[in-house]
Amino acid sequence: MLALHLAYWQETILRLVIGLAALLGLTGAVVYLYLFKFVSFMQSRLGPMEAGPYGSLQLLAEVGKWLQKEDVFTERADRFVFAASPFVVILSTFLLFVVVPAGPTDEVAHMSNSLLYALAVSAISVIGILMAGWASANKYALLGGLRAAGQLVAYELPMVLAVIGVVISAGSLNLQHIVAAQSTGHVFGWSGIGNPYILTQFTGFLIFLIAMQAELTQTPFDMPVAESELVAGYMVEYTGIRFLVYFIAEFATAIGFSAIAATLFLGGWGLPASWGIGHEAMHVVGPIVISAKTVLLTGVVFWVRFSFPRFREDQLQRLAWKFLIPLALGNIVVTACLKVAF
Amino acid sequence: MTPTEASDDAPEVEPDELRDGLVARLGELLGDGLVDSHVDPGRDVTVRVTTGAWAKAAEEIRYVLGARYFCFLSAIDWMPSPYGRYLDSDVDKVLSGEAAKDPGPQVQGVCGGDSRIQVFARVTNVRDHWGMTIKADTTSNEDPHIGTWTKVYAGADWHERETWEMYGVTFDGHNGLRHLYLPSDFEGHPLRKDFPLLARIVKPWPGIVDVEPMPLVEGADEADAPAETDGEAPA
Amino acid sequence: MTAVTDRQKLSYIAQQAADARINVELETEGMTLNLGPQHPATHGTLRIVARLDGEQVVSADPVMGYMHRGYEKLAEVRTYAQITTLVNRIDWLGSFANEVPFILAAERLMGVEAPPRAKWIRTLLFEMARVANIGLFLGEMGLQVGAVTPAFYAFRDREFVLNQIEAVTGGRFHPNFDRIGGIKDDLPKGWIEETKAVMVKMRDFCDEMEDLLLGSEIFAARCRGIGVIPPDVALQYGLSGANLRASGIDWDLRRDGNHGLLAYDELDFKVWTHPDGDSFARFWVRLQEVREATKLVDQLCDGMPSGSIQAKVPRIIKVPAGEAFVSTENPLGEMGYYVISTGDLVPFRVKIRSASFNNVSITPWLLRGVYVPDIITILGSLYFILGDIDR
Repeated sequence: MLALHLAYWQETILRLVIGLAALLGLTGAVVYLYLFKFVSFMQSRLGPMEAGPYGSLQLLAEVGKWLQKEDVFTERADRFVFAASPFVVILSTFLLFVVVPAGPTDEVAHMSNSLLYALAVSAISVIGILMAGWASANKYALLGGLRAAGQLVAYELPMVLAVIGVVISAGSLNLQHIVAAQSTGHVFGWSGIGNPYILTQFTGFLIFLIAMQAELTQTPFDMPVAESELVAGYMVEYTGIRFLVYFIAEFATAIGFSAIAATLFLGGWGLPASWGIGHEAMHVVGPIVISAKTVLLTGVVFWVRFSFPRFREDQLQRLAWKFLIPLALGNIVVTACLKVAF
Repeated sequence: MTPTEASDDAPEVEPDELRDGLVARLGELLGDGLVDSHVDPGRDVTVRVTTGAWAKAAEEIRYVLGARYFCFLSAIDWMPSPYGRYLDSDVDKVLSGEAAKDPGPQVQGVCGGDSRIQVFARVTNVRDHWGMTIKADTTSNEDPHIGTWTKVYAGADWHERETWEMYGVTFDGHNGLRHLYLPSDFEGHPLRKDFPLLARIVKPWPGIVDVEPMPLVEGADEADAPAETDGEAPA
Repeated sequence: MTAVTDRQKLSYIAQQAADARINVELETEGMTLNLGPQHPATHGTLRIVARLDGEQVVSADPVMGYMHRGYEKLAEVRTYAQITTLVNRIDWLGSFANEVPFILAAERLMGVEAPPRAKWIRTLLFEMARVANIGLFLGEMGLQVGAVTPAFYAFRDREFVLNQIEAVTGGRFHPNFDRIGGIKDDLPKGWIEETKAVMVKMRDFCDEMEDLLLGSEIFAARCRGIGVIPPDVALQYGLSGANLRASGIDWDLRRDGNHGLLAYDELDFKVWTHPDGDSFARFWVRLQEVREATKLVDQLCDGMPSGSIQAKVPRIIKVPAGEAFVSTENPLGEMGYYVISTGDLVPFRVKIRSASFNNVSITPWLLRGVYVPDIITILGSLYFILGDIDR
């Protein structure tokens, strides 16, 4: 395509920069769109209107505000752990994002088992949250961190099990192959829209969405950050740039997970092959397509977030262990049977 | 108490059978414990019991008369305030060393009584729709004691804590008498009449501040006492 | 791992009445959590010192007085009109409703009865205070359990009611409108029609809250069976208002007491009770009460008698000697004033019986054994206002 021949290290840096920019750009767009405007309209108010036209530069103002705050450590905080934990959380988000494909060969890191890698790496954030809860030397933070640990570990399982149905259908753990399978597949012989797994794996999709909501600690699963009780839970002692990193991490993880969900269930960067868009054009159209699908799914996440009350911790666990996991297991069995039969 | 304003004709006060009956029944149950009573026909009933019969009265009222709803419990300090009554200017004068006006004799209210600090409580019967106020003297004027109602009405717990805190009444049998509103190291019992209104100690009434002399000039405030208010209610 | 030593002296412990030893070695038994005094969930400066075992409460002790203003002491040096101003600020969301029992007690001592139009306007403003106060509760209960959106709707729709109250009294939160013998001013022209339109909006708001919250399974899961108060315990603690009716006790001072003092004898309304006694029941009862209050306002607007708004009282009000207790069914519960007068311009003693004091006194008993999130749900469902507890 581009007749540039870059050395490996140059290409790596270019990919990392582009990936980072894409992630942060999408995060910023989503923050403005959903957190500032969408929720405001839902709550019959306008949201930020001052910074930039219709408040579009509010995020820059917020970033600037957080950056210039004093970096406070509580007296009995464990300094190294306290300082490192936001970066652990956002590290897991970046690691997740490097395998999201945005085009036929356009992901930051090529891996043959990228889905397995993605699911494994998304669990690193649990460590970061536990670090924050512990090192803050604050009982509210501790409560929040412990709740988060229980919740995130519990909801990893339905997420993974829901994804296995997709893997069985596509026959591969590679995200690019999954996209290709959806793009070129057919539903009961009709290949008009390919075979997006949202149609044939609808149960898996729902389970993945619910588990994703819980992994992001968004309402109705936001016990760790229950604002009316714990006042920001494990993040309560953070301010300045560390809080900014948590804030970005919250939305960036939403983007990351939505991108994975879009790749698995909505067809990722691919459009149905029957539409006949050329392979070369997809290098340009692909990123646009996946961005749109990601932002759409993130919208669903935030819509649910601002509508529902939150579950209590034990009700949350009960939902995961007693309902979602058996349902996901059942989904796997049914998918396997149908795959073998047809 | 009956209305003092004359209505169209002399009010024909019908005997209040319900409330008279309550007083009679309580008299039977408590015997000598019931000292005085007052019925406001159609409206309310107040009784006074002896200090020793206070706790027993709670039992009888709750279990026999059926007044299961506990409204409140508090105390009254019948001593006339040595700091004067109208607004606060009298308080400031006394605090700044002037002699107080003679407050007059101590007058007990409805149903009489002897002690300076009386406790009173109110209960309601939600089934028969009546309420009753019960009063009692306490043991002494300096260190008042009386029995506790918490064994009968669990809700009296906080009310007795507040009464202890504000009046210094010790409730025998209540194990957890500690401060409710005030910090734990607070000294004194604020609602007693000999405890001045703290706000005026902290910041004098502006009426006196207005005529206070400039700093460095001493002894000029004695002649500039604030005018006596005529008690006109401000609009 | 940082070791922690005692950093607070025993006198501080005694002052704070809390366990000040903080043990970071994850010993979950006996962990003391201070909820408040600055906390989004407690409506104001209430502090709850909870001993936890993991996430379960072993004991909970409310500490209050952060807002104690000493009204009973102040009332001994203030005239009746000045006390009316003070008393507005006890339950600041229920504005006008605070003044009414005090003025009624003073009127009883003076032997003065307000003319019918004044009674009806008093009742009208009383019910509008109820709509405003409990309407906010409906939205804000959602906030306690995590739904952020209903609270905004509650604040928005409450503004309509406050506009109407302001049109009559001049004050949204502290009207200071009641006078011994009547009320201060008459209703402005066109007010009755506007108020009826506002009540239609409030009924729509109630329907919206019913859809958003009562219909949500998550809300039901968070509230059903939480904080069950048996009826006898409720009576012993003197719980009042919706808290009592949600435990099944059919007691409403508008219907069962104070005959002739306000206009309720001539009005037609239903008293709602619920047998469960849990947080869900309290929410449900309050929702129905707001609807009922809007209907009452409609009835009051329709049947408003004409006439004077103030009875003849002397210019300088000296209340004759005596004692009177009047309590009314305020939005928060039963609020009463025991006024003792010795024939002066100022009362001798005013005992303020505030509803939230009794409502919150049940929390040490009620919060044993619940989870931390349930503390918030229970406190939210009991619905207290700090000014009402602390006076």
